[in-house]
Amino acid sequence: MSTAVSHQPVVQFIGVSKSFGDIRAVSDVSFEVNPGEFFSVLGPSGCGKTTTLRLLAGLEQPDEGSGEIRLLGQIVNQTRPYERPLSMVFQNYALFPHLSVARDLLLNLKQRKTPRAEIDRRVGRALETVRLDPALFGRRMPGQLSGGQRQRVALARALVLEPAILLLDEPLGAIDLKLRKEMQLELKALNKQLRTTFVYVTHDQEEALTMSDRIAVMENGQLAQLGTPAEIYENPRTEFVATFIGESNFFQGHATKDSRGEWSAHGPGLSFRVPDTPRLENGSQVRVAVRPEWMDICRPDQVPPAENAVIGTIDDLIYLGETIHVVVTVPQVGKVKVAVRNEGQLLKPLVWKRGETVAVVWRPEECQVLEAG
Amino acid sequence: MNRRAPRWLLAVSGVVYAFLHLPLLILIVFSFNDSKFSVKWEGFTFRWYKRLLERPEILYGLKLSLLVGLTATLIATLLGTLLALALARHRFTGRRAIEAFLYLPIVTPEIVMGISLLILFVLLRLPLGFATITIAHVAFCISFVVLVVLARLQGMDQQLEEAAMTLGADEMATFWRITLPQLWPGIFAGALLAFTMSFDDFVITSFVSGSGSSTLPIVVYGMVRKTVEPSINAISTIILLVTALLIYLADRMVRRDAKGGSRGCDEAA
Amino acid sequence: MSISWRRRVVRWFSHPGSQAWTLLGPGMSWLIVFFLVPILIMLAYSFMPRGIYGGVDSGVTLEHYARFIDPLYLDVLQRTFLWSLACTVICLVLGYPVAYLIAGSGRWRHLLLLLVVLPFWTSFLVRTFALIFLLRDTGLINDWLLRLGLTHEPLIILYTPAAVMVGLVYGFLPLMILPVYASLEKLDASLLEAAEVLGARPSASFWRVTLPLSMPGVIAGSLLVFIPALGSFLTSDLLGGAKQMMIGNLVQNQFAAARNWPFGSAASFIVMVLVLVAVLIYLRIRGRGPAGTLP
Repeated sequence: MSTAVSHQPVVQFIGVSKSFGDIRAVSDVSFEVNPGEFFSVLGPSGCGKTTTLRLLAGLEQPDEGSGEIRLLGQIVNQTRPYERPLSMVFQNYALFPHLSVARDLLLNLKQRKTPRAEIDRRVGRALETVRLDPALFGRRMPGQLSGGQRQRVALARALVLEPAILLLDEPLGAIDLKLRKEMQLELKALNKQLRTTFVYVTHDQEEALTMSDRIAVMENGQLAQLGTPAEIYENPRTEFVATFIGESNFFQGHATKDSRGEWSAHGPGLSFRVPDTPRLENGSQVRVAVRPEWMDICRPDQVPPAENAVIGTIDDLIYLGETIHVVVTVPQVGKVKVAVRNEGQLLKPLVWKRGETVAVVWRPEECQVLEAG
Repeated sequence: MNRRAPRWLLAVSGVVYAFLHLPLLILIVFSFNDSKFSVKWEGFTFRWYKRLLERPEILYGLKLSLLVGLTATLIATLLGTLLALALARHRFTGRRAIEAFLYLPIVTPEIVMGISLLILFVLLRLPLGFATITIAHVAFCISFVVLVVLARLQGMDQQLEEAAMTLGADEMATFWRITLPQLWPGIFAGALLAFTMSFDDFVITSFVSGSGSSTLPIVVYGMVRKTVEPSINAISTIILLVTALLIYLADRMVRRDAKGGSRGCDEAA
Repeated sequence: MSISWRRRVVRWFSHPGSQAWTLLGPGMSWLIVFFLVPILIMLAYSFMPRGIYGGVDSGVTLEHYARFIDPLYLDVLQRTFLWSLACTVICLVLGYPVAYLIAGSGRWRHLLLLLVVLPFWTSFLVRTFALIFLLRDTGLINDWLLRLGLTHEPLIILYTPAAVMVGLVYGFLPLMILPVYASLEKLDASLLEAAEVLGARPSASFWRVTLPLSMPGVIAGSLLVFIPALGSFLTSDLLGGAKQMMIGNLVQNQFAAARNWPFGSAASFIVMVLVLVAVLIYLRIRGRGPAGTLP
């Protein structure tokens, strides 16, 4: 392929919908994936992310008359999975129980009548890429492998064909935590090394943040937000994104604009300054999300100037190792969680105690004005 | 539910198991009895088995039963497997109705099937014999094959087929290299079941076989009605052992899936 | 060259509609021609007057069905129904304990199940003969009774209603055990433990927890016994003799000796209807199971 086309998106999902009977699993979703990107589709179960992946793979067809799916610029709505330039790693690995590892990998190559030497080379290379010794593992049957090994074989199998696009459906779900974190980094490295485009589906937001170049967050069949990890985390657009990824505290009130052109919101018993965004209208309801780590605790009479503050009593102190969550009950608002860095409780304990009245403060620009609804 | 069973439960169950098995065991034992009429044990002998060889109608019946069985099994297994594949892997209108219809032959009394087929064959002026028997056997065996193969298909991991397709295998290749090898034990079990049903059938066969062709069960029926000698025990024993063997094999086939197999990748190590 | 041929076949084949009907076609055709159509013809026959040689004449009549009001034939219907019912009850009483035992048997489970199933799949004819061998005048039971001095002359066991009942139970008992076992096996042991902790004695536990929860299996088993019992023929033929007629025998009789095919068809259709009603009741009670598969 000439370099001229290399900047064209590798995957284009344009206004695609998919229903199963009455249920709209995917509802008018559009996004593009760039060449070589690690693109994640993130959301809770039932949000449509797996269906989206299956639509890409060709295992499901979009609803009649809804949208286009393009791979490498070509419309693929009607093409079968085996005609698409992609490979897929399944959640349960889907290794063929009656085939040994090597046979599994070369299943498809044999069908295409690739010469024997080339087959061996590709299989060997694929296994080495996933760090499995071909000599040791070539003859083993899936039943003889551990979970982590099976996962690698599933990966190797998908890579043997050197596809342009690799689809992965929650491949790390069944693996224990420590190994999972290792594999996350390996997958990310693989993506960069092979320059294959990865489309990765997961419900684990930490995973998505760790590995992805960009994330598409889905809720109820619709695309809630699409952006880089930083954009998603630091500028969540909706309440769903703000709560699904990380934690957030919410405040709401009526927006008013003062004489200096600065916005603030007023709710029962509280008022706070709000950054200027296009969405604000005088008198309209505004809802903001503030992440616990953007907040701090101080004495009610020691609020730094120009910062927002709400007063409440400390309900609980939760020790999390790296941070301490201070849960403050604010009248008219509810429980507000503040994440304070733990500087060593044994040497430098926190001064705050349960039942104390404190102010929760944050800088006005460090909050997110959420979209309505 | 793993509690030590109270004694009365064991006793009742013991009686029931004895009830189920004793008559057959006695039958088998007395096939070796060296006495023509009495049920008194008079010594061990193989002569009743040798007698069977001397009776041409038994050999002929056996040959016919085997021929019909093999033919009917082949056809029924093929048709039944295709039906099961359609039901398991495709959505189409009328699916529920067809599935219900397929189970009708299993609940329909043999008498009803027997006479209705007799009526048909007479209406069509078909000579009753090998062909009509085979046709009838296929008709009642198909549903059993569907039952077994469908169960197997539904237990198979469909993701394997999807994985094959994403790896470049088209429908034909996927079927031959992935589906069929996994399905094979189920098909074989279905075939064994069909053969057993065909080999043992009496009622339906008696209506559609006419006077000329007697399968083994028909010959045995005639013997039961007329004679008293232990050669009936002998032929019964043979039939019992053959069927028991086939059923045992079918059971092994079906179990092989559960252990070796199709779900093998679900458990994390 | 061959690639495009293959491509074309695969293309056409993989179109969901056409593939489904190709697969269904042969099997369905066979069943329609050699199962459905014959039964429909039989139904038609039952409404036609009897011909000279026992076949049918043209015309429409209800006379064959009307004959069932005759006490002679009503008797047969009644007997069939009552015996099937009795057989079901006996199978339940005998089969439930066995199912209970198997469900609690741990690693012996498969063996015990196999022992129940194995006799069932062997030839019905052979099994019935085994009973004849035991029950007839010169049979084993009488022989032993005489030798032990418990009787002075052979008891007439064969060709009595009792013999037929024994035969029916013998034939269909496994069909009761399997479904009951299946539903007992699904029973959550922790429910029983909860009952125990709450103070229930073992018998109370059984009547109030186990039995009600195993009801689906009991119902399934009962219908699985009742339905084939209704249509049974061999048992009453070989063990009952001419006097203990069930509908199955009546039908056979009309097609063999009596040569009244339309009447036989009518009787046959009545059996069919009884069976279908029982099946519908079964499906109703079970609710809509997954894709209509039988247990």
